[in-house]
Amino acid sequence: MVERGLVHKSRVVASCVSAIEPLCRELLDDVTGFGFDEDEVFGIHLAVEEAFANAVKHGNKADEHRSVSIEYFITPVKVDISISDEGAGFAPEAVPDPRTEENLYNSGGRGLLLMRSHMDVVEHNDKGNCVHMIKYRANAQSDEVKE
Amino acid sequence: MDQLRPKIKVEYVQHAAIATLTDEKILDESDIRGLAGSIMPLVETSPGVNLVLDFSNVKFLSSAVLGLLIRISRKIYESDGQFKLCGINPKIHEIFRITRLDRVFDIHADRYDAVRSLD
Repeated sequence: MVERGLVHKSRVVASCVSAIEPLCRELLDDVTGFGFDEDEVFGIHLAVEEAFANAVKHGNKADEHRSVSIEYFITPVKVDISISDEGAGFAPEAVPDPRTEENLYNSGGRGLLLMRSHMDVVEHNDKGNCVHMIKYRANAQSDEVKE
Repeated sequence: MDQLRPKIKVEYVQHAAIATLTDEKILDESDIRGLAGSIMPLVETSPGVNLVLDFSNVKFLSSAVLGLLIRISRKIYESDGQFKLCGINPKIHEIFRITRLDRVFDIHADRYDAVRSLD
């Protein structure tokens, strides 16, 4: 169950990589407005771009007739983002580690690693066609102390 | 579709070609195709080229760019050229570190260091 935020937006967009741009810009403006710092905003941006690219390329197999659903909630404490595609899903644990010697020179396969390294929570539904990510705002606690 | 290409500015200094990426963001497939279309001919028509790729204008990139850099480096090393990266900001450098590509690519602080490091 996702906690309802002070900002809640939900969109269904065409399954092409550039379709995320307007919503991504809105999301980044929203998290900046809630006081997420520059590094956190960079990480959220990267995670959303990578998750959306995975949904389009791997989930929906680059079929532009399919769509991608994006939903996010923001509170002063965290941003909570879900991105779903219409594909058959995948098993995240089966994705090879791109940092190993045999995979280091592969041209792809780094998106999930970057999402996990920049967000506090990255989890998939059982089917594997919806990724749910959370980033907690580092300064949220100090704001509470000031109040 | 030239308007889709991220612009690169190419200069020749001593025995190196310095390609400066002029776009702040390199994200989607069309950006990557445009960048590949700008850089690959430079590499393919100059066997043994010493290429310095200057990222000082780039503020954001996706992992798809990393794949392109690997393809470029393969092409250059096949013809005994050298490939250097420089001007990478700390947040983007962190992407190279996380993926361990900081061990694969020869990364320098700026173009002067990169050119000085050429054999």
